[in-house]
Amino acid sequence: MTKEEADNGRDDMVIDVPGQANAVPDGFNANYLRIYYGKLFPHADMFKWMSYGNDGKHPGCDKSYFGRREFSFTLENDIYIRFQSFNSVTELENSIKEKCPFKIDIGPVYSVDPAKRHAYAQSGDNVFTPVERELVFDIDISDYDDVRYCCTGADVCLECWPLMTIAIKVIDTSLRDDFGFNHILWVYSGRRGVHCWVCDGKARRLTNEQRAAIADYFHVYKGNENSQKKISLPGLVLHPFLARSYTEVLKGFFEAKLLPNQNLLASEERYEKILEMIPDASVASELRRRWQENKRASMSKDDINIVRWEQLKSILQSGKQKMQGLRRCVEEIVFSYTYPRLDMEVSRHMNHLLKAPFCVHPKTGRVCVPIDPNNCDEFDPTTVPTLSQLLEELNRGGLRQDAENEWDRTSLGESVAFFRTSFLQPLLKSCKEEIENSYNAKLQQSKNDLSW
Amino acid sequence: MEVVQSHRKSSSNNVIVSILPLYRSAPPLEVRLEDFEFFAIDRLRVLKGISDGLCRGKKPEEMEKLVLDLWKANMRHPQAVEEVNKDIISHFVLRLVYCRTEELRKWFLSMETTLFRHRFRWGSSEAQRALMSEFKLPYKAVSNAEFESLKDKLGQVARSMGQTLAAADAIFYKVPFEEVPDLVAGRRVFIHKGHAYVAINQVVSLVVTQFRSYLSKALILTNRKWTSTIREQEKDRLTPIVEALCTSYLGPDYSQQQEFGEISIKDIDQVAKTSFPLCMRHLFEKVKEDHHLKHGGRMQLGLFLKGVGLKLDDALAFWKAEFAPKVSAERFDKEYAYNIRHNYGREGKRTDYTPYSCQKIISVTPGIGDHHGCPYRHFSEENLRAALVRMGVSSRAVEDVMDKVHNRHYQLACTLTFEAVHGSSCDAGINHPNQYFIDSQRVLQSKNGSVA
Repeated sequence: MTKEEADNGRDDMVIDVPGQANAVPDGFNANYLRIYYGKLFPHADMFKWMSYGNDGKHPGCDKSYFGRREFSFTLENDIYIRFQSFNSVTELENSIKEKCPFKIDIGPVYSVDPAKRHAYAQSGDNVFTPVERELVFDIDISDYDDVRYCCTGADVCLECWPLMTIAIKVIDTSLRDDFGFNHILWVYSGRRGVHCWVCDGKARRLTNEQRAAIADYFHVYKGNENSQKKISLPGLVLHPFLARSYTEVLKGFFEAKLLPNQNLLASEERYEKILEMIPDASVASELRRRWQENKRASMSKDDINIVRWEQLKSILQSGKQKMQGLRRCVEEIVFSYTYPRLDMEVSRHMNHLLKAPFCVHPKTGRVCVPIDPNNCDEFDPTTVPTLSQLLEELNRGGLRQDAENEWDRTSLGESVAFFRTSFLQPLLKSCKEEIENSYNAKLQQSKNDLSW
Repeated sequence: MEVVQSHRKSSSNNVIVSILPLYRSAPPLEVRLEDFEFFAIDRLRVLKGISDGLCRGKKPEEMEKLVLDLWKANMRHPQAVEEVNKDIISHFVLRLVYCRTEELRKWFLSMETTLFRHRFRWGSSEAQRALMSEFKLPYKAVSNAEFESLKDKLGQVARSMGQTLAAADAIFYKVPFEEVPDLVAGRRVFIHKGHAYVAINQVVSLVVTQFRSYLSKALILTNRKWTSTIREQEKDRLTPIVEALCTSYLGPDYSQQQEFGEISIKDIDQVAKTSFPLCMRHLFEKVKEDHHLKHGGRMQLGLFLKGVGLKLDDALAFWKAEFAPKVSAERFDKEYAYNIRHNYGREGKRTDYTPYSCQKIISVTPGIGDHHGCPYRHFSEENLRAALVRMGVSSRAVEDVMDKVHNRHYQLACTLTFEAVHGSSCDAGINHPNQYFIDSQRVLQSKNGSVA
């Protein structure tokens, strides 16, 4: 460790502070990771999660369950190894500590231990095939590049991050209220997006077709740079899911935050994009004319974007508009800027591998920490703990004999605690109940079979 | 089902109750060997006609009429019992024909399900209810009380689809959402806490899902029986008929490039300008422009190039060179080379993948950042017109093409484009991008006496 100051924006790291010696330069490398996996990565919690209650304590447990789960590791030098499986928490932990993967992905639970897959056929009775897998979603802010002007590509800031926040709100509410799921984990992807893991038993057992159906239910934003109309909301009214998303989340966010912060109507280049979405050319021309005249002077003290938006709404929503396509135009504009843009392919197939929570992102050094959907407005991706920061915090604590719960002395403690109390414990409780009920049902069944 | 060589016994005395058979099991009928083949061919005409209609993007009402006409033309018989027998026999024969590979099964499953769906819909409501109970669908009608409490939401869903909630529609079924994936996918039902509320007229979806699921499993079983016993047992009698039935109707798959031999990497630029269909031109232009393509695009273009005659080494060189500004040679070898070799059957299970047909390409929906799929379907009008002009299509021809596009006849649009660009007619119509290429090369060769 050198005396260089860590690039974490921590002003207390000036000269003469006793903790100077603990400074850990920013970075991502095998040495740092080794310590991270040695002291901070929550192996036991990941094991408990992935076991879904099959810890062998109840006679109804499936002892083979954990061993049938695929993990994949990306090692230093981009070496990628698939079909890793483990039979116990110790095996999992030792393998991670030994191999020090730069990235860990979680795959499905297969019909048999992936290590033995070559002994099984691709079809027929004895197959090697996925049998369970969480329902997962992946939202990446670079898919919103056409509606954010503050950043592009891999960058993210507090102006555009709220797009992720509202995506979480829309999807999370629907997963719970519409689909009835309860055990949902949202995770920061480490750089520019979020992942969602739906872990209810029902979700894990969904077929590919059912997953595709759910993805399609959420699929509203359709299109890429070649197509023009990316959101189409036909029909006299919106489906209750869309209506709720609009009134509870999207409208408010668009009008109060996105519109003024991204200056969506302030300049010609930007307002043209919105005018393009109005199917009636005469309405668009009318607005264009007004805004071109108004370029320099602004009549009121209000933000110019908000003023112009009100003008647009009042023309489109006035009773005079008879044209079919205009009915939902305002909503279409709001949706096309704010509605969640999911990566459909991630959700459709059981065998899709997704990065494990609590990994560290190689390019940013940030840990993939859980996000509380009930408090997602508070989440700030720019203050998520980084690898070097955590190591520094460990250093400051000094050496300890017991190696348990080291994360408590670091910023990671909060995330692990949240993971346990809000997600893991309720999930395991529910899994235990499921195992018990299923076991009792089988007992009952065999009793019935034996009876005359 | 027994196949007899010569005479035909009259069929069993079983009275068939529902006119729409579920094909649960092969019936105890005897069939003449000629009928074995003829019945199958007639049914195949129906299925092929359905496939064609779907491919040309026909709307649901058009499909309804098409299926009815096809059935009347090929499967009708004055005696109901005879018609049902032909129906059942032809279905089971085609099961043998189409069980043998994953791709065949997928096609057969898709066409039979479509056929079933239409036949179910044109049945009477008693027939429909009878079929529902045969499927033993354990879903209950929603109670009046629950209906009253949900009436608003249910009405909203109906209106979002341009329908109204008449009093007669007050019968709803409550089913777990995963039982009705197509309704969920299209947001055509109200979902709450994991339950979908299905209107009586949507019950079709419930039934069709059951049918599809059953047939899918049955096909796998049939395949097993075929490979283990039937094929060998019947090698002098049925097997040759079964094998011939399949290949005579699916057309060439362009996996072996025969006619023009190989093309090398230096020819590609030239032939791309003259002989690529629009979908491949677009991908080709994009890869040159962006020095990257996402997975869907790489597959579609890569397999097409293979079909066109590009050898593996040249393919590797091509992609590597195009990606070079963004991807280092090392990274290319690590991340992309494997998949290219996989496409050529040199890795993994060594399947030699076949280039995608128009049907397949049209069915795909490109996402954000994608450039694959059928441009006639996905491009905005403006972009499509510009692309056609760049291809050298005259303005009058562009109008004809756009007319086809508006009517969703994407392959006809491509055919017209071909005709406009080459100045010669294409009577067979375009069904496959590689066919476009070959036909184009033929025309050019006959004009210039040279290739490209």
